[in-house]
Amino acid sequence: MSRLLRDDGAVERTEHISRGIRDSFSAGLGIFPLGIALGLLIVQAGLPWWLAPALSLAAFAGSLELLLVGMVATVTPLAAVALTVLVVNFRHVFYAFSFPLHLVRQPVAKAYAVYAMIDEVYAVNAALPEHERSAPRLLAMQIACEAYWVGGGLVGVALGSVLPAPVKGLEFALCALFTVLTLDAFRSRKELPSLLLAGASAAVALVLTPGMAMFTALLLFVGLLLVRHLVTARDTAQEAAHA
Amino acid sequence: MPSTSYLVAVLAIVFGITLALRAVPFAVLGRLRESAVVRRLAMWMPVGILAVLAVTALHGTITTDAHGAGYALLAVAVTSGAHLAFGRRTILSVGAGTAVYVVLLNAL
Repeated sequence: MSRLLRDDGAVERTEHISRGIRDSFSAGLGIFPLGIALGLLIVQAGLPWWLAPALSLAAFAGSLELLLVGMVATVTPLAAVALTVLVVNFRHVFYAFSFPLHLVRQPVAKAYAVYAMIDEVYAVNAALPEHERSAPRLLAMQIACEAYWVGGGLVGVALGSVLPAPVKGLEFALCALFTVLTLDAFRSRKELPSLLLAGASAAVALVLTPGMAMFTALLLFVGLLLVRHLVTARDTAQEAAHA
Repeated sequence: MPSTSYLVAVLAIVFGITLALRAVPFAVLGRLRESAVVRRLAMWMPVGILAVLAVTALHGTITTDAHGAGYALLAVAVTSGAHLAFGRRTILSVGAGTAVYVVLLNAL
């Protein structure tokens, strides 16, 4: 009996892992070419090849790494590097609100899940219905994504000396992925206020600070949500007072 | 050519700050999990954050290749259209949109 149960558990676990790997495919479509781009950039900037996998493992944050290559090649002061990392990756602070870390119980796995909480993993899991989420599915996707990223970087380094002009525009896959995931997260009219506030934040951020639009847009968006919370709380209190 | 010690220092900074940004909020939120504001934000944030990521990624694409702005907008429309028309198959939608953009950008 207990053996049967354990087998059922193992089957379910395998199923979750294969779903997690399937989740990673669409993200990989953006991550792998970006990894290649990173490897190419590093070679073209005259930096040592091992910087590609080392950066990918140290940061595991695509957009930041592409930005850092230029800074590192010109030996930018470390304080400026630190400030850039802080501003560009600040968005991760907000992911904690809705990232399903509570699913992961094992301490080492939990630490890895936090370390590997990249945009694509956050995005895919935020768009996933609650009952379809699980720890093996989440971790399998994270490990697969990191493999694409490091693997892409190594391929890029290898291609760097051979290929003169790589295909342009593959990074659009990330934009397409986020578009699709926004559509998936928009399940009902209840989501409309959040979407409008986010759209307004992004528009203002693009006009005022085009160089760091994401940072500004997310801060504005969270600020507007806090205002919305205060308004909702006041309305609820008034209704309670009237009742 | 930067020295190896400089590169190692960059790696350490990048690792430390990125991990802290990802980890510290969990430690802080753990104790606030039951508060009304945290529960509302958890519910309201995902769709908006995803929209901001989509818009800024589009902006980044357009900034990289300014002459491809029209292609990028068309590719976003193809991506969304494919997603809604063909049963929300993510890989198909992302693949179709990316193919449209890459082909137009490199061929024209």
